[in-house]
Amino acid sequence: MAGHTTAAYPHTALKSWPARLAASLFGSPLNAVLTVLLVWLLFMAVPAALEWLLFDAAFDAADAQECRSVSGACWAFVAHKHRLILLGIYPYDEQWRPLLASVILVAVIVCSCIRRFQRRWLAGVWLIGLAAAGILMWGGVFGLVPVENRLWGGLPLTLMLATFGVAGAFPLGVLLALGRRSELPAIKAVCVVYIELIRGVPLISLLFMSSVMLPLFLPEGVGIDKLLRAQIAIIMFAAAYIAETVRGGLQAIPKGQYEGAASLGLGYWQTMGTVILPQALTVVIGPLVGIFISLFKDTSLVMIIGIFDLTQAAKVAISDPQWQGFSAEAYVFIGAIYFVFCFAMSRYSRWLELSRRTESTR
Amino acid sequence: MRWRALLYQAVLLAAVGLVVWYLLANTLDNLRARNIATGFGFLGDEAGFAIGESMVAYTPADTYGRALWVGVLNTLRVAAVGIVGATLLGTLLGIARLSHNWLVSAAAGTYIETMRNIPLLLQLFFWYALITESTPGPRQALNPLPGVFLSNRGLAIPWLEGGAPGITVLIVLLAMAVCVVLYRRAVRDQSTEAYLAVRMLPVLLMSVALLTAWWAGGPMQWQVPQLKGFNFQGGLTLSPEFVALLVGLVLYTSAFVAEVVRSGIQAIGSGQWNAARALGLAPRQVLRLVVLPQALRVIVPPMTSQYLNLTKNSSLAVAIGYPDIVSIANTTLNQTGQAIEGIMVIMAAYLTVSLSISVLMNWYNRRIALVER
Repeated sequence: MAGHTTAAYPHTALKSWPARLAASLFGSPLNAVLTVLLVWLLFMAVPAALEWLLFDAAFDAADAQECRSVSGACWAFVAHKHRLILLGIYPYDEQWRPLLASVILVAVIVCSCIRRFQRRWLAGVWLIGLAAAGILMWGGVFGLVPVENRLWGGLPLTLMLATFGVAGAFPLGVLLALGRRSELPAIKAVCVVYIELIRGVPLISLLFMSSVMLPLFLPEGVGIDKLLRAQIAIIMFAAAYIAETVRGGLQAIPKGQYEGAASLGLGYWQTMGTVILPQALTVVIGPLVGIFISLFKDTSLVMIIGIFDLTQAAKVAISDPQWQGFSAEAYVFIGAIYFVFCFAMSRYSRWLELSRRTESTR
Repeated sequence: MRWRALLYQAVLLAAVGLVVWYLLANTLDNLRARNIATGFGFLGDEAGFAIGESMVAYTPADTYGRALWVGVLNTLRVAAVGIVGATLLGTLLGIARLSHNWLVSAAAGTYIETMRNIPLLLQLFFWYALITESTPGPRQALNPLPGVFLSNRGLAIPWLEGGAPGITVLIVLLAMAVCVVLYRRAVRDQSTEAYLAVRMLPVLLMSVALLTAWWAGGPMQWQVPQLKGFNFQGGLTLSPEFVALLVGLVLYTSAFVAEVVRSGIQAIGSGQWNAARALGLAPRQVLRLVVLPQALRVIVPPMTSQYLNLTKNSSLAVAIGYPDIVSIANTTLNQTGQAIEGIMVIMAAYLTVSLSISVLMNWYNRRIALVER
């Protein structure tokens, strides 16, 4: 813990990088001990991990028996089950459709990250992208064979829950944030109660609610299917968190902006829509990406109420009696998929914050 | 303008009321059609299902009410231990992330990014599979430390047994309260002797407390688990479900806590470090007397929400079979058909915990907040 600022080592700036590295690794007795300890740990762990992951792994074993004879991971299991894990039980010949839908959804998300696209018409891009993905999955038009949503599964379903979730939760969250900042006591109270109630309970209780209570709420004969109910629960949950983040952005807008808008004779919705929200949302894009990451991770919870998302697909693949005992491989595989998506988004959020900081200091 | 404001509010309230009334009417109709009685009367009925682990006596002959109480205690147990673990590990990681040692900082960074970007549920499945599938049976249990055994039956650790646990806890809590009161008085009066005396006091009071408890409840013994037959006897055996849930929650949350601690320390400008060092304070003193008190102000609010997240995330217990409140309420509502009441019990339990933690942390936050003119 010796010294936290570079000022502690004024001489380091003058040295070449090997000398700097040596100073960083062995600069003080504590640092030297930590370095040795960590190198030893890495020396123990990394070769063992690499052996399991790569060198001792079975990549093209024909069956589980052959896999069990090697000491490393059985990637043949993942190779054997990759269609089931990635695409679920969607009809085999039609699997290009969920694949294409996933590509469209990812493209929509990537578009939203490009600053030039962060305009009003981005909502249109989302609308078209989600509609296209939905049509591809459902089918029934343009000569596509209709596919019931109980056959959907795997990565496309996870992506759909996340993107449709954010598309539904974002407008609701913005409205809730505006409501919470409203001067009208009844509107404010309704929004506060909603936000605090939702934020006080775990998502799983909302999912249970959607699966056992929602059917009771509706008149006899009216049923909403399981997937849509889970999607509603996710939207309701995420909206409360988005509302709190957007509220933070609204609070960051100086009073002068409201007064300026009022002096131009703008009404409430004009003030919010053209002056306040564009600024407030720009401030909180970073935290909003953070919420999207949690939302993406949280979609895995739907497997608890029996929806065939990526996590559930992996569980199903593991439970095949012919391939028993390879759960670690399946978890590492889908863990890597979740990681790629979330890590990319968190890098983007970090980059966004850094570029904003350099802009403001310029 | 005023009338329009009133109109908007009236419309909103009417809409909310209408929706609630519509849902309520439908629900009552549906319940009547399915012959399900409403109300919490079922809490007094016999539960009839066994619970794997419980902190209070429980048998299937007990009531649903008691079963739910067992669930609440189990949730609190894993959340309390998890919060302590995540705080300790997360603080270490946050400090490591800021280390000048490139290797230490990179290792902490890798850990944090990995944990934060993989769903907790998946991590729980991973740890649970690791414990139940990859560890040996009790006879060949792993023995990483003397007296600690890890097998597919869970983790067995040495524990104090005998005595009167209730009285011990009570007396120790009392002793702690006495220490806190005396410490605050010493700080208020700013007298060096009192301050020094108070620093000695905890050890003294704790020993007195433990001795009294021992005297009140008979000898307490340090029990080490022993393999008897097919399982471990003596000591404390933690179930695989509890261990997997605790490990998952602590490792996952500690990554978030680390980020909170890191940003808290980074929020303290380098001027503070330099000024403290210019006064001749040792590095440890700089941290303890200058940086930490200021960093805590930044850290406490986000830390509160991490504690709340951990508590709420403990509900994922239902996926690996740890009998927490969600899991038991779920069993209850499946058996009785009392869906609405079951969900209400879950929500009420979490809201109570969430609100009490935030009240407690708000109180603490007010206490350490900067008193401005």
